[in-house]
Amino acid sequence: MSAARVGVVTFPGTLDDQDAARAVRLVGAEAVPLWHADRDLKGVDAVFLPGGFSYGDYLRCGAISRFAPLMDDLVPAARAGLPVIGTCNGFQILCEAHLLPGALTRNASLHYVCRDQRLKVEQTETAWTGAFERGQEIVLPIKHGEGRYVASEDTLAALEAGGHVVFRYVGNPNGSLNDIAGIRNEAGNVVGLMPHPEHAVEELVGAPSTDGLGIFASVLKNLVNA
Amino acid sequence: MTDSVKRAAETPDEPMPFAELGMKQDEYDRVKEILGRRPTGSELAIYSVMWSEHCSYKSSKVHLRQFATKAPKSEALLVGMGENAGVVDIGDGWAATFKIESHNHPSYVEPHQGAATGVGGIVRDIMSMGARPIAVMDALRFGAADAVDTRRVLPGVVEGISSYGNCLGLPNIGGEVVFDPCYIGNPLVNALCVGLLRKDQIKLATAPGPGNKVVLFGASTGPDGIGGASVLASATFEDESQAKRPAVQVGDPFMEKLLIECCLELYAADVVVGIQDLGAAGVSCATTELAAKGTGGMKVDLNLVPLRDPSLRPGEILMSESQERMMAVVRPDDIPAFMAICEKWDVPATVIGEVTDTGRLVMTWDGEVIVDIPPGTAADEGPVYERPFHEPAGQAALNADTPDRLARPEDLRATLLKLLGSPNLASKEWVTNQYDRYVRSNTVLAQPADAGVLRVSEVMEGAEPTTRGIALSTDGNGRYAKLDPYAGAQLALAEAYRNVAVTGAQPLAVTNCLNFGSPEDPEVMWQFAEAVRGLADACRTLGVPVTGGNVSFYNQTGSTAIHPTPVVGVLGVIDDVARRVPSGFVADGLRVVLLGDTAEEFGGSEWAHVEHHHLGGLPPRADLEAERALATVLVEAARRGLLEGSHDLSDGGLAIALAESCLAHGVGATVELTGDPFTDLFSESASRALVVVRPESYDEFASLCGRHDVPCYGLGMTGGSSLVVRDVFEVSVEDLRETHTAALPALFG
Repeated sequence: MSAARVGVVTFPGTLDDQDAARAVRLVGAEAVPLWHADRDLKGVDAVFLPGGFSYGDYLRCGAISRFAPLMDDLVPAARAGLPVIGTCNGFQILCEAHLLPGALTRNASLHYVCRDQRLKVEQTETAWTGAFERGQEIVLPIKHGEGRYVASEDTLAALEAGGHVVFRYVGNPNGSLNDIAGIRNEAGNVVGLMPHPEHAVEELVGAPSTDGLGIFASVLKNLVNA
Repeated sequence: MTDSVKRAAETPDEPMPFAELGMKQDEYDRVKEILGRRPTGSELAIYSVMWSEHCSYKSSKVHLRQFATKAPKSEALLVGMGENAGVVDIGDGWAATFKIESHNHPSYVEPHQGAATGVGGIVRDIMSMGARPIAVMDALRFGAADAVDTRRVLPGVVEGISSYGNCLGLPNIGGEVVFDPCYIGNPLVNALCVGLLRKDQIKLATAPGPGNKVVLFGASTGPDGIGGASVLASATFEDESQAKRPAVQVGDPFMEKLLIECCLELYAADVVVGIQDLGAAGVSCATTELAAKGTGGMKVDLNLVPLRDPSLRPGEILMSESQERMMAVVRPDDIPAFMAICEKWDVPATVIGEVTDTGRLVMTWDGEVIVDIPPGTAADEGPVYERPFHEPAGQAALNADTPDRLARPEDLRATLLKLLGSPNLASKEWVTNQYDRYVRSNTVLAQPADAGVLRVSEVMEGAEPTTRGIALSTDGNGRYAKLDPYAGAQLALAEAYRNVAVTGAQPLAVTNCLNFGSPEDPEVMWQFAEAVRGLADACRTLGVPVTGGNVSFYNQTGSTAIHPTPVVGVLGVIDDVARRVPSGFVADGLRVVLLGDTAEEFGGSEWAHVEHHHLGGLPPRADLEAERALATVLVEAARRGLLEGSHDLSDGGLAIALAESCLAHGVGATVELTGDPFTDLFSESASRALVVVRPESYDEFASLCGRHDVPCYGLGMTGGSSLVVRDVFEVSVEDLRETHTAALPALFG
């Protein structure tokens, strides 16, 4: 069987693309670079939208990247069931592209914050979290200035009722409503989260945790079983 | 009307505003002598910035030569001083390039943009060597932590570094934050960047080959930072800093990120003959330096420079310090490929001229020649001053006022907590949590570790794997240097060298940022001369060459200068980065060992500063042979896997080192002292480190120490939830943490 192929998207200003690609390779999958200006998903089995400051975040975070040519192909593919995950800026792009509800706004502290963050895995019924136990506590780093999740009361209620909150902060670092760190879409193939699993995959480097491997292992398992 | 060369020849007596541009009468006379006529306005702009203190090192040059004449023989040195940054061989075909540079004056005027563009500038220096920038760190000095203006400057500086560095995708892995009232009107922002490249891919700032094209790429040119180098960095602040606001540049980190990726792709495609970043003095500096180091001539059509503000005059274009710009020399056949790569990254690029063999730098504006000069006269042949210097009038009295007269504390537990919660020793998390330390996934150790450590592997696609890592630390103690600038500079080097060695890395090379007051003050000049002499001597003894750096003069307000503050960066290499030694007490049941001897040395100490606001006497003795032996033991022990954790002893002495070691992993310890508890705990004797070893490894480790004459004292064991100093005090790790972390948030919110 050939290795699962996970696309890693680079927008101008994307920063964690090499890191995501390395994490993909660590779990034995093939990392396929995808370029924002190409309308070409290269037939990948899943897509990772990494963090960074696409277009400098000079407009609303993710607001310009949403209009990249690649997104014209990615959005319908995601709606049709392609596993897609966005972390940090990638999460912001998924919200801007309306693949996920709500928005990420300036941290309540008004400061950028980089720290190792405890999280609770609330949902394992997604393409990206199947390898975790429900209720498991994990540590992933966060590093963002605009990670405060907000949504209308109705949207929040629907997220909670539908079990669409995937990760919750243990010790809210940014003022996110309901301590939300990550969410999924109805089908569970699209997940967005502010923390960075790609920086918690090796003992030697990054955060003092390898819990991020679970994200990559999950999608791989999912693809192999599919 | 354009002031052309023709017009200048016709109007030899027209008065020129050289004094307003910071140029002295005799310097102006020399320009006239070189040109055989008065300079045009544009030529005057070029000479005034290129001959400014900031660009020409005219007051420091005669002293800085010692870094070359006294340089130790080093096989690792690939590119030494004089280029954009030094390059050292780190093995397996890899080279590292690193440099530290000041952005002090802009950061006082406009903290956010001043600090941000400081990061941007040093990153472009590293890029222009052909390297991928892989990390940054910042050495910062502010006025008293509770001073009103510090609340303006510090948050702005931190936000500037954070917003710019984070957006570039460079991990911030270390640095310093130090408070002292002497920096209140002159904060120091020294930014360091390190990059990696293959040994055979070094790029240089040179423009060889007549007919080759000169390409300006990156951001367009605007009115920001005009005359920044000459106006801001080369004169003492009086009271008109508000009027200087337009001279501070504004940064665009997104453009810089695109420039990084664009440059790396240009290098990979081999379409760059020579390259130079545009920093201080902008187009003036890039054209004169490239031409001077190449075939010798260049012609440039200034009308082709893309402008953000179309009303800019040629002199302003030449002096503008707009950020995120680079200049490359490209073979004509490679221009299409060069432009295609720039276009891919949305980086504007424009051919503005070409290399010639005329030996002249010729620039035109609206068809008229406005600059016609020998480029070397601006780039390399600036004035050189032998500034007078003498020991400050109060130096002997300062040295005689020793800390012996200070009352010693009764309650050492209270002293520890007071020091641990004081701004200089308190946790800097409030600052460093605003920096991304993880991006690029090569960060092995970052603040608050003694040194930042990065793995080298996988930084460039396609390069063969290596187990190597690099370690970096910056250090500097202005109080020590004030008491004795010669020893102070040596102690700065010794501490950075030790910080690199405690991680298990072999120190290899040095960069420095020399922050001083006005060179026109003979007492300041003495401090500078002594510090350079001390640093050059110490580099020779420790076998680590200076690869480059930066001098920042005029850090003074009125007649009050800052403490002389040489900040020294040391880069080291570790053969197998998996063998790096983490900071502090990593687990229970390990033997706590103190390396090095402790004498009663409190001159310039944190204790004297915090408890008595006292500065006098002499700093700790710098024993460089002991320092070298200590490093040898640390590196060898790490290689053999004998060390579980380590931490250097510096500000606040053993007491602070013990507390920080407990805090690193939340592990307590019980230790016993043999001498006077106050001296043992708080003296700042140099050449010491704290390590933890497995009990079964202790004998092997102790015999290694013995072989290198490094004093080695078993103090006790790790374990428990408190720091216990037998018969002296006990304090819980929780209390230590509370004290350590509460200070900065209480001050800055």
